[in-house]
Amino acid sequence: MSANGPQYDVRKQLRNPLKRARGLGSAQSGVGHWWTQRVTAAALVFLGIWFVVTVLGALHADYATARAMIAKPWNALLLVAFVLAMCWHAVLGLQVVIEDYVHTRWLEVSLLVLVKFIAVLGTLATLMAVLRVALGA
Amino acid sequence: MAEFSLPKNSKVQPGKHFPAKDAKKPRTFRIYRWSPDDGQNPRIDTYEVDMASCGPMVLDALLKIKNEIDSTLTLRRSCREGICGSCAMNIDGTNTLACTKAIEDCASGDVKIYPLPHMPVVKDLVPDLTHFYAQFASIKPWLRTQSPAPADKERLQSPEDRKKLDGLYECILCACCSTSCPSYWWNGDRYLGPAILLQAYRWIIDSRDEDTGARLDDLEDPFKLYRCHTIMNCARTCPKGLNPAKAIAEIKKLIVERRT
Repeated sequence: MSANGPQYDVRKQLRNPLKRARGLGSAQSGVGHWWTQRVTAAALVFLGIWFVVTVLGALHADYATARAMIAKPWNALLLVAFVLAMCWHAVLGLQVVIEDYVHTRWLEVSLLVLVKFIAVLGTLATLMAVLRVALGA
Repeated sequence: MAEFSLPKNSKVQPGKHFPAKDAKKPRTFRIYRWSPDDGQNPRIDTYEVDMASCGPMVLDALLKIKNEIDSTLTLRRSCREGICGSCAMNIDGTNTLACTKAIEDCASGDVKIYPLPHMPVVKDLVPDLTHFYAQFASIKPWLRTQSPAPADKERLQSPEDRKKLDGLYECILCACCSTSCPSYWWNGDRYLGPAILLQAYRWIIDSRDEDTGARLDDLEDPFKLYRCHTIMNCARTCPKGLNPAKAIAEIKKLIVERRT
């Protein structure tokens, strides 16, 4: 039985209930997470529309045309911005989902770290791909 | 993981049936029963109540059952007019006060009555609210000031500032909102929940309170405050018609405001 698990029976405890309610106190953070999630969401409204329109525009295009399209400076810039905003937003969102539902401590912490690793790798891979096309490697 | 299914000893089983004799207007109530003493699983007992000799509210029916049919039925109640918050329970699928919920307003068919969701049950319809009350105590819900109290009068407040407490002071801490909140179900050990956050905002916005910064410091926490995902069950279920979700949003706005 964990100190805070669902089986915690407050009536069988010697310590005052206030001890558990106050817990480890306030982390004095959380607003950064909350605000960044909203700012990236706002950015994704515009970047997401641009991305869908651009992808639709590339339908039926051959490889050379698609490559030339990504190589255009504006498109490369917006694609990089889209990937950054999306991965950042996804990490923040997944973090909340994991914190909400995964209550096995070691699994929770492992997943939180794993999600960040995957997001950073995915972001770097996408950035490398876009930059190689845009800078003509 | 969060637990989405009931443990084996919490699986609800069919219970006893108490048919009404010679009832003119029978109505069926299906009520959650559990006793800590008999080692049995929870069960749903079925009571038929004659509406011809019963008051209009769900609490009237519950008390009629307790008085005339089955005295072992256990519930909390006190004021019977929606001001004490004792008889909060899940009626007809919604957390509300038994004393202000009309039987007529329940969906046709059986009236289903359960204790407040996802709280430890003391007995039958009585949930254990110890942690909920401790969380309330943890926000120090009283006027905190640095300036000395005026010697010859109370601390004054303009009518405009007093108006800011409308929609907050009416909260009776019945716990309907907090126990309807999925975030509070999964993380209630650390998340303060809508009721306590509304109470916290009641003191944050009070023009006479001088500890606003410390109050915001105490709330700025990924679990205490930011578990609110604006699901809005709290505002939908509040038997007093209050909007805890809005109070939580205002707290979040103030925390952003003081850093920008």
